[in-house]
Amino acid sequence: MSVLNVHEAITRAHREQWGRVVAALTRRFGDLDIAEEAAAEAFATAVDRWPGDGVPPNLGAWLTTTATRKAIDRIRRENKRDDKQKEARMLYEDVPEPPGAIDDERLRLIFICCHPALAMETRVALTLRMVGGLTVPEIARAFLVQETAMGQRITRAKAKIKAARIPYRVPSAADLPARVSSVLAVLFLVFNEGYLATGPDTDPVRHDLTAEAIRLTRLVRALMPDDGEAAGLLALMLLIEARRTARVSASGELVTLGEQDRGAWDAALIAEGHRLVRERLAAGVAPGRYQILAAINAVHTSAHDVRDTDWSQVVALYDQLVRIDPSPIVALNRAVAVAELDGPEVALAAVNRLDSALAGYHAYHATLADLLRRLGRSQKSRAAYDKAIELAGNTAEAAYLIRRRDQLR
Amino acid sequence: MQYLVSVIDDTARLATPDEMAAIDAFNDRLQAEGHWVFAGGLASPSSATVIDNRGGRAVFTDGPFLESKEYLIGFWVIEAPDLDVALKLAADGSMHCNRKVEVRPFR
Repeated sequence: MSVLNVHEAITRAHREQWGRVVAALTRRFGDLDIAEEAAAEAFATAVDRWPGDGVPPNLGAWLTTTATRKAIDRIRRENKRDDKQKEARMLYEDVPEPPGAIDDERLRLIFICCHPALAMETRVALTLRMVGGLTVPEIARAFLVQETAMGQRITRAKAKIKAARIPYRVPSAADLPARVSSVLAVLFLVFNEGYLATGPDTDPVRHDLTAEAIRLTRLVRALMPDDGEAAGLLALMLLIEARRTARVSASGELVTLGEQDRGAWDAALIAEGHRLVRERLAAGVAPGRYQILAAINAVHTSAHDVRDTDWSQVVALYDQLVRIDPSPIVALNRAVAVAELDGPEVALAAVNRLDSALAGYHAYHATLADLLRRLGRSQKSRAAYDKAIELAGNTAEAAYLIRRRDQLR
Repeated sequence: MQYLVSVIDDTARLATPDEMAAIDAFNDRLQAEGHWVFAGGLASPSSATVIDNRGGRAVFTDGPFLESKEYLIGFWVIEAPDLDVALKLAADGSMHCNRKVEVRPFR
């Protein structure tokens, strides 16, 4: 095998096996810190050995065994007297894993990283590190935080999990819906940061983050096939990701849904997203937030031309969403659809009612600006564009808003 | 594993009779389910005295250690196998005593 192929094998193994190795070691040693360090050492060993020895046939088992040895070495090195429990665990070192147990372990790992006793930003960082295998510098870069600060955040989280004894298990059936929704919120946050990246020097779309969020959501969906919201979130991400290349122009400007080249959309991702939405509709269970959002995106991606969009269906879905999530942001998005169905005048009345709740939100001012522009109220529209530009954190979005403002007569 | 559940108050008022009855019922449950270690309610912060004897000569200061809008008004020490169980008990405790609580593990 060539050096290049070995390098590819290691990269792929890291993507596919990291979470499994960390999960298996966390269960055996009851310590995230030991599991993380030993997994990192096992991959470093692979980088050293595989080019000379060749890639082992069962690389998952090789990595777990190597990491387990590294962990045992570390525990022996530290040789703490109070490590009786860990010593006991080392005794059944070679007990084979029952089939299916590994997947269960990864689910435990996801639940512990997304535990509600941790701050949201900590959950995100811990999930990307432990389950996703991103390095601390990578996570720090993704969230525009100093590396040392990100390292400390992760270290503190691991210490809290240990000291407060956050349990390493899949929650009970009664707690499951709330805990799953915490996991999905973390994954959606990672996706959104990739999809609408903030910061003046950041690429407008961070494909690494959207791809990682989709990969982890696929995992959650595979581990919990009966969870409607996990399917809904995956469908939602796929249908948004499908439009990624059409969403930013060659000059780095945001292209709105209505102006996108629909031929550039990823047909395979759309087909997969539609399949998931249909599957959820067939389930006949009242849909949650992600499933409704996915259905809205399915309507958009079903139209080959923006003029073919079934806006009454979109508004009906937003009505359904408002009933379970009466937040002003949902009301704002509903108003955008209402503008297409009933005209900008009706939508403007709805948007004006959100003034006090959304005054600091760029999309509120951008929506207001667009409606005023369509109604020919240029002066007010310009002021709203100014405010939206001032508040927009995404470079492509700001570029789009500036052009629209400068086109006002 | 033991956890300290601190009851945080931001008003100067004492527990109402209804709150006291609810706290008693909650305490009974903690005992019945084997979570009970100890609990107590405290007098107002203005009754506190701060002592500093680090130098070998005790200095007494009137009043609470920290001037703050929120202060400790009572606590439970509970026995729970892990944080999930402790958080559930603390959530019930918060509802019964009608105040915010903080959960902290003993070392």
